[in-house]
Amino acid sequence: MDGSIPGGDTWTVAGRTFKSRLIVGTGKYRDYAQNAAAAEAAGAEIVTVALRRVNLSDPNQPMLVDYVKPDRFTFLPNTAGCFTGEDAVRTLRLAREAGGWNLVKLEVLSDTRHLLPDMEETLRALKLLIADGFQVMVYCSDDPVYAQKLEDAGAAAIMPAAAPIGSGRGIQNTLNLGLIIEQARVPVLVDAGVGTASDAVLAMELGCDAVLMNTAIAEAGDPILMASAMKHAVIAGREAFLAGRMARRTYADPSSPRAGLI
Amino acid sequence: MKLVLNGEDRTFPGLGTIADLVAHLELDARKVAVERNLEIVPRSAYQTTVIADRDRIEIVHFIGGG
Repeated sequence: MDGSIPGGDTWTVAGRTFKSRLIVGTGKYRDYAQNAAAAEAAGAEIVTVALRRVNLSDPNQPMLVDYVKPDRFTFLPNTAGCFTGEDAVRTLRLAREAGGWNLVKLEVLSDTRHLLPDMEETLRALKLLIADGFQVMVYCSDDPVYAQKLEDAGAAAIMPAAAPIGSGRGIQNTLNLGLIIEQARVPVLVDAGVGTASDAVLAMELGCDAVLMNTAIAEAGDPILMASAMKHAVIAGREAFLAGRMARRTYADPSSPRAGLI
Repeated sequence: MKLVLNGEDRTFPGLGTIADLVAHLELDARKVAVERNLEIVPRSAYQTTVIADRDRIEIVHFIGGG
């Protein structure tokens, strides 16, 4: 299962080049086996992972790395559940030790109900992480002003939410997302809020470098089939962006010539 | 000895190092990361990092997340 776009199209973040423009999460699946199968069906090369305490009462319970293998996928550790910069730094230092890499996803959340990012604290955490040697892909609001501040502070990628995490509402502000894409000199990824394949197509048509999603696949009726749909959606959206869409017209323009009518 | 392990008070027979603790818990050292009193313990230092009574130890690993 290959998520690459025909023609050798690739994207690069923090000096690492990828063919697939679909990053998938590893949460909410029935089990790790289904999770691994979905990641394969998505053609993903990067998966996000969380860091939590080992369950010491049952050391034999299944472990993510036994199914979604670090030698097959680039792990992108997140800071889900962190509400301060210090929490994020502590979590990602442990992740770096567990995995041995420094490319990470920063998310500093605010309210647990909507899970939208606390941008002031996100920017502060980003600076702490960069000082600690991390390369940071940043989950953020769809505010072009803050997106620019993140980039200026050294973010490796800007990852605005399309809609609240797990909401499946699709892109709520295409205008802002377009502005962020236009100004950015680092990759822009839609992270969070994708609900179905058309949302991923739209993100890519707008010019996103990649899309990151979890719930849209994990909570689909058939997660493996939806993973495949998302792979095709991202490829289709990317190809449409590269091809350049036709101009919009107010009135119809017939596809069959008017000349030669009988 | 008493340790605060992953936020819980636990009592262990005398353990010398982080390596001893990881082995006692039957964990695969390649799949976890360890923090002792808020400082990362590199895997290469498990054998040489001595643990003391009342140490606060966190042992974490990767799980599914978005």
